Formats: sequence, structure tokens, C-alpha cells
Amino acid sequence: MSDRTVLDVYRYLPDNESEPTFQSYELDYQDNWVVLDALNHIKAEIDSTLSFRWSCRMGVCGSCGMMVNGEPKLTCETFIRDYDTQTITIEPLSHFPVIRDLVINMDDFMEKLPRVSPWLIPDEDKPLEDGEYLQTPAQVAHYKRFSMCINCMLCYSACPVYGLDPSFTGPAVLALAARYNLDSRDDGMKERAAEVSAHEGIWECTYVGECTQVCPKDVDPAGAIQMLKLSYALDWARSVVMPRSSGS
Amino acid sequence: MTRELTRPLPWNWWLKKAVYFQFMMRELTSLAVFAYALLIIWALLSAADAGSFSTFYTFLSSSLSVWLHLVILVLSLYHTGTWIALTPKVMVLWRGDERVDPGVIAGANSILFLMISGAVIWLVLM
Repeated sequence: MSDRTVLDVYRYLPDNESEPTFQSYELDYQDNWVVLDALNHIKAEIDSTLSFRWSCRMGVCGSCGMMVNGEPKLTCETFIRDYDTQTITIEPLSHFPVIRDLVINMDDFMEKLPRVSPWLIPDEDKPLEDGEYLQTPAQVAHYKRFSMCINCMLCYSACPVYGLDPSFTGPAVLALAARYNLDSRDDGMKERAAEVSAHEGIWECTYVGECTQVCPKDVDPAGAIQMLKLSYALDWARSVVMPRSSGS
Repeated sequence: MTRELTRPLPWNWWLKKAVYFQFMMRELTSLAVFAYALLIIWALLSAADAGSFSTFYTFLSSSLSVWLHLVILVLSLYHTGTWIALTPKVMVLWRGDERVDPGVIAGANSILFLMISGAVIWLVLM
């Protein structure tokens, strides 16, 4: 069964225009089509000049994030049939510079990602012959939710703090820092403090909470940031009350 | 080189989405808490002198003061509610391998808040 819809798509062609415009594409769609299917149909059948990113088409790679009717969404998981409106508006993710059409520049995010040392930092490396770093299911449960991030950057688009101040480290990167801080095999909390507990880090977050609402993987970056605030505040208090035992 | 387009947030960004508006209201209600803190400071500073305290007491009895207290009460309750709703995000408790339900943490904090408020009201009215 097919139905008809209109996609109002944001166009920005820097070689031809100085300002962005919206272009309407009217098309028939199948009941099982997601927004990404419609964009691929437009590119293949109607207008080959339209540019957008996508890869896996199954909510894993995090490439196809766009604003759908003003909400940050993975377009491969957003069904056209779920929209009552006659016209669906498609825009590039908010708060990021636009390179062309729906393609954003993600350099800022990619530059921030390694700053929080998102890898295990044990106090002492075990020799290989000692075997794996084992964990109980309970220890995994403490950080698992925060490890599900696919770097789709929807949370950055939902965060007005990042929109107002791009120096903010941002939800996904800080959630990743929480993921490693909470890992029983990791001792890198103090090493991450310079980035995570900086003004541009957790303390810039004013808890709007929308990052958690839009996350397609239920990572809860807002919760991660509040947990980080508590743990770094307690760590600071310990360093004041017991300066010798804190080691700082 | 490609010309990139930057899109700064408009000044009225917080009016474009209910969640953003609620966030701004939460932040603004903190001014009510600040206003009441100023009132308490005024009370403390005037307590040392009978004349000053009489002025403060006269203000407290005025209808302006009653309305001010009512408005501050409503805004402060809203502000408190937002903080209690936030507690499960900060207090992540575990019972064995299971995370304690966020609703239980927020509920326990709400009950604690009501009990302490009740105790304070009882002390004042005694």
C-alpha cells in the first residue's frame, strides 16, 4: 500500500547560494518506509544533487541523524507513517555548522571525544599471563547503559547549552567519561578530572534533560552528568577534608 | 574551500519547545528562593534592634507581604519539585544486581520533604 507525502528539505549549496532554502519533494511512500528511505528515493529518482549522510540503515552507525519536524531523530528509525502532518520538514542537526544540505561538520565532536580518555586506565597493568580483567554482571550493570552510545550526536542537537556555548564538552562525551569512571577495571577518574570536571565540562550543564529524551539508545547522558557532578564534588570534598588520603 | 553555514540559536529558543520553557521556568523560580533568603536576612539583621524589627513586623502584616509569601510559596514548591524529580539521576542506588527504581528514590525524597516540612510547620505553630 502506498500513500502520498511532502518532504520539505533544507537545502544549502554553498557554491551556488549564500543562504539556505527549503525544497519540497512530493512522493508516494510505502507503509514501511522510514524518512531515510524517502531521502534515498529522492536522491535516486527525483534530485541527485541532494546530500545527506547514512550508512547502516539499522540504528547502529549513528550517521543519519537529522531534525525531523524540529526533533533530532535517526532517520533510519523514523517512520513516515507516524507523522500525521501532510508535510514533514527535514533539516540538518541543530547547533552544528552545515557543510551542504543535510550534511553537518562534526569536527568539534570528534575533537572532544578523545579528550576525556575514553579507554580503561588501570592503576597497574596486569601482565598478560595473569589473564583477563574479570567483572561480575553487577559490575557491568553499573556502566552498561552509558556504554551504548553510537555517537549520533542527537543529544548535542537537543542541548541548548551546547547551542549557546559550543565550548561545552557536551552530553555524549561526558556520558562516555562516566562509562569509564564507573567501570570496576578503571582507575582513571582523577586523570579525566581536568577535562570532565572543568567549567566547560560537567559544570556547564544546567540539566535541561532533553539529551536523555532524544537518545535512541537510552544512554541517559543527563543522568551520567549529574552522577559525575556528585562523584567529582565528593572527590573534591575528600581532598579538602583528608588531603593525604585523597592523593591530590 | 567550502563555506560552512553556522546557525546561532535565536534569543527566543526557550519558547520553541515545552521542555525548554519548563527548564527556563525552573531556573527562574530560583529567584523566588533567593527573594525569600533576602527576607530572612532582613529578619535576622532587624532582630538586634526593636525599631527595625517593628518595621519588619509591620511589613510582614501587610497584604503585599501576604501576597508575596503566597507567590514565593508556589514558586518554591515548583522549584523543590524539580529538584526532587532530579534526585534519582544523582542517587543511583543498587540492591544487589538490580538498580533501585527511580520512582522509589523520588518518592522517598518527597516523603522526607513532606515530613520535614510538617515538622517545621508544627514547631512554628506550637
